[in-house]
Amino acid sequence: MERRQFLHIGAGTAGAMLIPVFGHAIAADELMKPLAASAKKVLADTALNAATQAGASYCDVRIGRYLNQFIITRDLNVENISNTESSGVGVRVIAGGAYGFASTNDMTPDGIANAARQAVAIAKANAKLQREPVRLAPLKGVGEVAWATPFKQDWRSIPVKQKADMLIAANKAGMDAGASFMTASLFQINQQKYFASTDGSYIDQDIHRLWAPINATAVDKASGKFRSRAGLSSPVSMGYEYFDAKAGDKVRAAGGVTTLYKNSYDIVEDARLAGMQARQKLSAKSVEPGKYDLVLSPEHLFLTIHENVGHPTELDRVLGYEANYAGTSFVGLDKWESKKFKYGSERVNFVADRTTPGSLGLIGYDDEGVRAKKWDIIRNGILVNYQATRDQAHIIGENESHGCSYADSWSTIQFQRMPNVSLEPGKARLTPDEMVKDVKKGIYILGRGSYSIDQQRYNSQFGGTLFYEIKNGKITGPLEDVAYQTNTQEFWNACSAICDERDWRMGGSFFDGKGQPSQVSAVSHGSSTTRFNGINVINTARKIG
Amino acid sequence: MKQLNQEQAKRITDRVIAFSKADECNVSIQGNRTGNIRFARNGVSTAGLTEDMQLAVRVAFGKRVGTAVVNEFDDKSLEKAVRRAEELARLAPENPEFVPSVSKQDYLATQTFMASTAAIDPDYRAEVAAAAIGAARARKLVTAGFFTDNNRFSCIANSKGVFGFQEFTDLSFTCTARTEDGRGSGWVTRSAVDARRFNAREAADIAIDKALRSMDAKALEPGRYTVILEPAATSEILGNMFSSLGARAADEGRSFLAKKGGGNRLGEKLFDEQVNIWADPWNPDVPVAPWDDDTMLARKRTDIVKNGRIASLDYSPYWAQKTGKQATAGHGNMIMAGGSKSLEELIAGTKKGIVVTRTWYIRMVDPQSLLITGLTRDGTFYVENGKIKHPVKNFRFNESPVTILNNIDELGKPEVIGGDESPFQMVLPPMKVRDFNFTSLSDAV
Repeated sequence: MERRQFLHIGAGTAGAMLIPVFGHAIAADELMKPLAASAKKVLADTALNAATQAGASYCDVRIGRYLNQFIITRDLNVENISNTESSGVGVRVIAGGAYGFASTNDMTPDGIANAARQAVAIAKANAKLQREPVRLAPLKGVGEVAWATPFKQDWRSIPVKQKADMLIAANKAGMDAGASFMTASLFQINQQKYFASTDGSYIDQDIHRLWAPINATAVDKASGKFRSRAGLSSPVSMGYEYFDAKAGDKVRAAGGVTTLYKNSYDIVEDARLAGMQARQKLSAKSVEPGKYDLVLSPEHLFLTIHENVGHPTELDRVLGYEANYAGTSFVGLDKWESKKFKYGSERVNFVADRTTPGSLGLIGYDDEGVRAKKWDIIRNGILVNYQATRDQAHIIGENESHGCSYADSWSTIQFQRMPNVSLEPGKARLTPDEMVKDVKKGIYILGRGSYSIDQQRYNSQFGGTLFYEIKNGKITGPLEDVAYQTNTQEFWNACSAICDERDWRMGGSFFDGKGQPSQVSAVSHGSSTTRFNGINVINTARKIG
Repeated sequence: MKQLNQEQAKRITDRVIAFSKADECNVSIQGNRTGNIRFARNGVSTAGLTEDMQLAVRVAFGKRVGTAVVNEFDDKSLEKAVRRAEELARLAPENPEFVPSVSKQDYLATQTFMASTAAIDPDYRAEVAAAAIGAARARKLVTAGFFTDNNRFSCIANSKGVFGFQEFTDLSFTCTARTEDGRGSGWVTRSAVDARRFNAREAADIAIDKALRSMDAKALEPGRYTVILEPAATSEILGNMFSSLGARAADEGRSFLAKKGGGNRLGEKLFDEQVNIWADPWNPDVPVAPWDDDTMLARKRTDIVKNGRIASLDYSPYWAQKTGKQATAGHGNMIMAGGSKSLEELIAGTKKGIVVTRTWYIRMVDPQSLLITGLTRDGTFYVENGKIKHPVKNFRFNESPVTILNNIDELGKPEVIGGDESPFQMVLPPMKVRDFNFTSLSDAV
């Protein structure tokens, strides 16, 4: 699930005192100076030694420096600009067969050693409740290595004013085109993560991500009606070159109803279209409920993939570790063991991949020191694997982890999070326009909207940003009040066509929430435009008081 | 890291303000020590302790604002934080909606700290998990849960004379019990400022009882039903509405409180007249800070809904200034009046209906009507002639809190409920509501 409070922070008038949520503010000139890996190694060894001396059979240390900048604009005003920093150390141990964890922002040798000893004490307190000792998949230490997100332009080197001007220009374009109100924000993330473990790994990583959500709202005061159109970009793991929009990265949506983006983003153009389309939505036809063939654009479909393929195939959910909160999963081990559980139609192939360029889940190593990799989740419609961490691999008969461990801060414990889970493109040549030609009664849905799914991932409901009616192979006009309700297995078995690789692109979730205490993670999901036949669509229009 | 007392915190805020050369300077210090234990599959999965303390400095030169936060507290670091904030303020463009900081406020302390909760240690947390796991094992159930406790302080000050210091403790516990075959699931939630008001075994027994009673659920057709909603089932639904009470959005025509033709619906009767909701930082069950961190304004007891009418809207300092109204402090809690009947008594007085323990994955579908979707979870039961007849399969619903609060048949005795995704501490009654809109079935247990 996606967590709303982070979006709330980005949404508007939050006072500067909210900034501690993101960490410590820093001066621009200090952004570019990372702590030397050699200094981090000394600190890490302090923790490893203290933990083993206190009785830990295993210990890993994560030294984190998290730099963020966010810029919030509303209409023609900049509401907030913040540079933030958060630094500290998290120590995880196994002692007496149980996990213990402690974290501190006291980065002195004494502070770090104390945290390590505290983690061991917690593990020992819990060991008496442990029926089976924690069992980690073997992992050979990689020694001292480094990895960094590939990028051309470091967001930290771009003047704040240039970024603010870009957002204001977007807002102006949206308002000129018909929006009553506009918001445009820019989230920029740099995670400097150092991992060390008693296995002999010392891994220094430098990770960068960007997201520029926009929103246009049109109001008709006479009728009291208002409608919004969100941006159609995706968050990415790359540099500021993302905003250097290239003509070749622009994608014409089916029927030419709007412009979509791949690899780079023209935020001003998208804002202009958003303003115009928000205004159009005020007079769009309200949908007739019933069964429709849905043609789903990747900017929309990523969230459906996320909720009803990404989450149900997390092994911790399958096993029950999330039973109290995010829930369990309908794809229990028996379905995997059968080797014939038909998750989707034969054309449905899902791959987990932490190496996809530009994706939010792109890393060199996970937070257990496991190298990033790629593997099958669903092949020809059949469930073939899950997503696992070191302590889960043996449960599915594997002797190495999938590299799915992640913590959102130095202060939080790492646990199983999904990698990029993407739908492979169709093998036959097919464009979105050609796909629409085969639809008699359908709806073309673009962009993300509301989303909700049950705790075992059967029943879901999704809205969208833009909806267009398809009649006898033609897009006839905009619709409103559309949401579809599905059962996950039925939905993916209703997959009747997938456009080819020319149309493949990623959407992404910047703040995917899971766990207790809840943590966020960023992940991308790629697909081409995809059709699902006979899906139940409801009308969401309501009147109150 | 050591927590600060009021004198130590005051000394630091005074130093920071003295360092500042800006037109105004706001300071906040937040320190916390947070412990937790998480369990699943009848064993502890993770447990941890986090300590952190941060100093935030916000300065303004005219309408340019900058903020810096550090976690070092020597004189050099304090000055560095001020200079960083000033540098950011000089880089930032002017904000035409800037409103100067508030002047000295009277903060009447609330009872937010209890030594009993501050004393919680790893052994206490392990015992909480053990109580739930032991009770579940004895009934051949599998349990999963989460317990967390906080011991923190907050200090705010500014160059116009504002100063506030307060300590807080709280705990929260959630527990799910499931049958080994996955056919039944029950859940419970508890939160408290005072650990003496928390009993892990009592709470776990409720989840266990619901799990055992929820096996072999029967499917009912989706449709409109009378429902008896436990407080946990409405907290997120109402939380969405409580977060949508801004005057600006209403006046601008982009809220459910916008009036056709312009203006807002303050004073209009939107709900059943049994509905009375207010915020009160001094409420002994859900005490919160007597100030709002964002604006530093003193919180007041405020009626939100009075006899079904919208009694107040939230005014940010900018919108208050623009419209000639009084700025309001953001609320920390929401309290809804109820009746005297227990949940069981509400059930006993119901001819046909559905009891909902918990709702899940609540999301806004349409902000125009506040239409919300979500699902029932962990204990949904059919009631006939005053008795629970059998468990029913879970439903998806599409419903607006405005409609829910219009269709109230009866309210029960209010309970403390901590929101999951909502920013409010709440006291809410169980509600019997007619014509609740279930739109489809879920196979999830």
